[in-house]
Order: sequence, then structure tokens, then C-alpha cells
Amino acid sequence: MADAIEVEHLVKRYGDLAAVAGIDFKVRTGTVFSFLGPNGAGKTTTTEILEGLRRRTEGTTRVLGLDPWDDATALHRRIGVIPQDFRFFDKITPREAIRYYGALFHTNPDPDELLERVKLADKAGARFDTLSGGQKQKMGLALALTNDPEVCFLDEPTTGLDPTARRAIWDVIRTLKSEGRTVFLTTHYLEEAELLADQVAIIHHGRIIATGTPNEIISAHGRPERLRFQASPALAEYLRPKLALPVTVADGRVEVELHDKADALRVLSAVDASGIPWQNFSTTQDTLEDVFVRLVGQMDDGALKSETPA
Amino acid sequence: MRPARIAADFKIVVRSYLRNPVALFFSLIFPIILIALFGLIFSAAGSTVVPITVLNLDHNSEASVQFLADLNDTTYIRLSFVNWNASDFAANLGANDDSVGLVIPQGFNSSYFARDQVNVTLYTDPEDGAASGAAQSAVGSVATAFNLHASNGTAIVGVAQQNVGSQVYSYIDYLIPGLIGFSILTSPMFSMVDVASSYRKEGIFRELSLTPLTRAEWLTSHILWYMSLTFVTAGIMIGAGVVLFGAHVNVTVGLIPFLVAGPLLFVSLGMLAGSVAKTPESAALIGNIITFPMMFLSGTFFQVSMFPPALQSFAHILPLYYVIDGMNQVMLFSNTARALTDVLVVFVTAIIVFLLAIRFFQWRDE
Repeated sequence: MADAIEVEHLVKRYGDLAAVAGIDFKVRTGTVFSFLGPNGAGKTTTTEILEGLRRRTEGTTRVLGLDPWDDATALHRRIGVIPQDFRFFDKITPREAIRYYGALFHTNPDPDELLERVKLADKAGARFDTLSGGQKQKMGLALALTNDPEVCFLDEPTTGLDPTARRAIWDVIRTLKSEGRTVFLTTHYLEEAELLADQVAIIHHGRIIATGTPNEIISAHGRPERLRFQASPALAEYLRPKLALPVTVADGRVEVELHDKADALRVLSAVDASGIPWQNFSTTQDTLEDVFVRLVGQMDDGALKSETPA
Repeated sequence: MRPARIAADFKIVVRSYLRNPVALFFSLIFPIILIALFGLIFSAAGSTVVPITVLNLDHNSEASVQFLADLNDTTYIRLSFVNWNASDFAANLGANDDSVGLVIPQGFNSSYFARDQVNVTLYTDPEDGAASGAAQSAVGSVATAFNLHASNGTAIVGVAQQNVGSQVYSYIDYLIPGLIGFSILTSPMFSMVDVASSYRKEGIFRELSLTPLTRAEWLTSHILWYMSLTFVTAGIMIGAGVVLFGAHVNVTVGLIPFLVAGPLLFVSLGMLAGSVAKTPESAALIGNIITFPMMFLSGTFFQVSMFPPALQSFAHILPLYYVIDGMNQVMLFSNTARALTDVLVVFVTAIIVFLLAIRFFQWRDE
């Protein structure tokens, strides 16, 4: 099967407010799909609809060919979910929790092996209320895997975690993908999406404003690659008429946008010929985060303008 | 419903409970405290021994000593002797918080044998009606016996006392079914209301909704746990009542239906109250509104038959009344027919509340 998740014209309204305002996307089986957006953009609502925890107002959603709300029981046997801020019974240990889920799903996971996979083996016998935030998320991850899920939903799994804990979760996500599972990852850490995701969709105000691979989004919405020098503004003045390329000055740095790779050599020889002192030359490229900030910012500006009375 | 899933959830519930010291205290130690506390308060009032402060101005004369010995033989009088001035006697009684005093006058012995009229003086406190009544009747009956003896008479009419019913029940006997009922009500009500609202707020129900566990299975495992707990608590309370106060109660299989139906009813009711509430705070409020009237008016601490008629009618609409009345019928009166009616009322109510709880308690948001 090609697509694990299919969403067509999905709408969720709370009273007059449309939290999700008609979105479409598909997630191919065996890939990591990252759903990005600022807080309140509609990420969690969409995710919960796909998990069968919330009923949609309009549109079609299919996860593994099932309707998440109507076929929730069948779907839940085949998906794994880690919500934001995973909570569990305070006095229960990770090992007991995995045995519990194993009994509920009628699977027979080896708790120690599963905890090893999420790097929580050393806390197998510690009660939930003694675990740190990162350890709690790892336990949630382990529980989500007790039923050997085909699709894993991770809703901001690394929010609030320290860098080591975040990397541990990233490793698990990479492993999940290598095992052929589909991963639906919402996050507001753009670097996380850039590192892990095959496909990205950016949602804002309930609408999808960009989709594609991280590189596709960057090249479609980002600025071109740039050469950067630490130098006085005089260098910019010198380069502008020589190169016919956009040259900008900011924070004591001169940046020249490159239209293609060969431009780099022309820029370097012009800088050399200028005789103006410079140091620390580097190339720079928009990250997904730069693109995200620009896209969301543009949309908010547009929204503000349209809200201004005529 | 899958027994394997109920068993798995049951295990989690038991572990969570046993690892919670507060919960353990309330289920294992608190019942003993309750029995001891209420047993002490009310058994003291039931077995009255009236202390009488005695001033014998007829120092150790034969008649006065005999009079006081006879008074002591009534067993419900305890005498203590003082050497106060006769004129200060009443004031000293008040100062010592003694409510009953007796003065044997000087010359009591000589007057008695001379068959001259002589009065002993009994001081009583009208505010302590029970003690003064008992003292009056004891002193009066000893005086009558002295008069009969002095006139060489014989008592012709005697009074033989019989209790109403086949057996006499002391307060502690009523207290045991009452307090078992109290814990059948409070233990699940307070914790289920809290669980229902806090698990929803914390997202634990969402977690569980993503597993094959159903709401009915989840509720069933909690009911089974509270049933087990009720058997333990009832055992502790009966044991404490018998050991500490010598209670007389029948422990028969007839008790089992109440220990089963009671938790079924109140776990479901707690869940229902917690589910209809929007926030943990309003859940606690709804829980209290349901629990408190039942806690006091269903025959827990006081027999419903002692209430004014209007309050008795109110008690009859409280489901806990039927749990406690039924246990009274089994443990005290061996009245099977009435116990059966009670258990039927409890079971039917419990099934209805269970179904309502399942209906209103939602894992997922619409």
C-alpha cells in the first residue's frame, strides 16, 4: 500500500472557530512525515483526528485504510501514539506498564528489550512519578511500541527535553523508519523536522501553507545560497557594480546571493581584487527554520492587514 | 468484556493502591480507629455506672455502713467518700464537677434502730438526668429495703425484667453494620470521583482509549478491587468490634451479597458523579453533595428508627440505607426475608447506576 495516511479537505470547527480549515495531504508508507506549525495552528487537533481521539467536522481521513473515528478499535491495534506530555499511573513502573499494555493488546513484548530500544532499561523498575520528563516520554514511546504498530504518531515528543534526551528520541524515530514503520511527527523544532523528515507540511491558522521535502520547501520558499564575508560596507559598494548579483550588508557582514555555483568563483576573485580587508568567509543557506519564520511571518502580516478596517 | 484485560487492569489498580500509604491507612487502619472511637463514645453512655460522692456524718455506724454496702451492691453505683464540711457539701460537689452526692446524717444509726424518721439527702444535677435518675432509683430502693427490714416486712411483689425481642443488642452491635456501610460508601465514592475527573484532565483516559481496554472493563476492574477491599475492611471492623467491645454479630454468607452489591453501586455512582462534572473541583462538589447526606442519614452512626418521621422517610430514598438495613437484618436479627428485599433494592439500583456511569463516562472527545 502506497499511502498510510490520506487526508482530504479536513475541517474541524469548535463553534464558529475553524481549528482546521480544509487541509489535504498524504503520507507514504514507511516514511517520516513531519507536521509543523506554531502553537495553536491546528497540529494537535489534526493529529488527534487521525488517532481517532477527536471527531472531524468535515472531510475524509483514512489511516491504514480505516476511518479513525468509526473504526477506532481496529485502528488502535495497528497504531502507536505518544501524546504531548505523556502521563501514566504514578505508582507503576515502566516494566509493569509494558506488561500491562502487552496484556491489553494480547501481544507479548519483552519489557527489557523494549526499554533497551528506547534507552530506558536502567529505569525499568522505577515508579512513573520518580521519572524525569525525558524518561516519561521514553516510557510513552515504549508503550506505543507494545503492539508493534504500523504507524506511530508522535506529538511534540521532545518538547521540554534536554539535548541528550532529544537525541535519544531521534535515534528511536530513525530506527522506527528503518523497520518500515510510518512516523507522523508533529514538532515545533524545525531542525528536528529537517533532520528526520522525508516529507514536511507547514500548517498555520488551520491551513497548510507549504508541503514537500525539507529541501523542496527551502528551495521553493527560501532565499538562494549566499557567500558571506566579515568586512566593511565598502566591500559591498565595490562588489555591487562588478557582479550584478544582490549584495547586502548587515551586522558587519557582507552577503552576496549566488544564482549558481559558478558565481562563487567570480565573487571570490572580485573580493580578492578589491584589496579591501576581509575575514571569515563562509557559505550560508536558509534553513527550514528561516523559511518557516518567513512564511508564518508573511501570513501573519497579511492577516493583520486584511483585518484592518477599510 | 475480556476477563484477561480486566485481570490486567485489576493488577494495575491493586499495585497503585498498595503503593499509596494514604490509601492503605484509610482502608486498613482507619476502620479500626472508627470502631474504637465510636465504640468508646457510645458504649460509655450505654453502660452507666453512676459515681456518687458520699459524706457519712454518722461515722462508720452499723446502719450507715450497711446502707452504703447495699447501695454498692446495686453494681451500677460507684461510691467515693469525702470528709467535707456538711455546709460546704453542695458547693464542693459543683466545684468538683460531681453531679450526684449523698449525705448520711449524724445519728442515722440511732434513729434507725429507734425507728425514728431520718432522711438521707441526695444531691443531683438536673442537667445530668440519666445519672440523677439512676441514683434516685438506687438510693430509693435501698431505703425501701431498709424500711421493710425495720418493720420486719417481706417483699411480696417483685419485678422480673425481660428485654423486648429475643436478644438484647448493644450500640456496638448496630455500629458494626453501620460503619461497614460507611466504608462501603465513602471509600469508593471519594476516590472514584477524584479518579474520574483527574484521569480525564491528565489524559490518562486518552491513553487507555488507545488500547483495546473498554470502559466497562475498566470500571469492572475497579469494582472488583473495591469489593475485595470491602471484604477486608468488613473483616477488620468485625474483628475490632468483637475484640475491643465484645460485639455480638452473626457473620454468615448472607453478608456477601451486600459486600458485593454495595461496592458495585458506589464505585459506579462515584464514576457517574466524576463523569458528569466538567472540572475536578465541581466533581468533588457533586461527590460531596451525594455522599454527605448518605454518610449520616442511612443508619451509619445512629439507627434510622431514632430519627423523626420526616427524616426517616428521607433515609428510605438513600441507597446506603438498604445496604446497612440489610446488613443489620443479617448480622443482628437473622431476618432473611427483609434482607432479601434490601439486597434486591441495592442490586437493581447498582445495575442502573453502572449502566448510567458507562453511558456518561467518555474516553474520547467529540
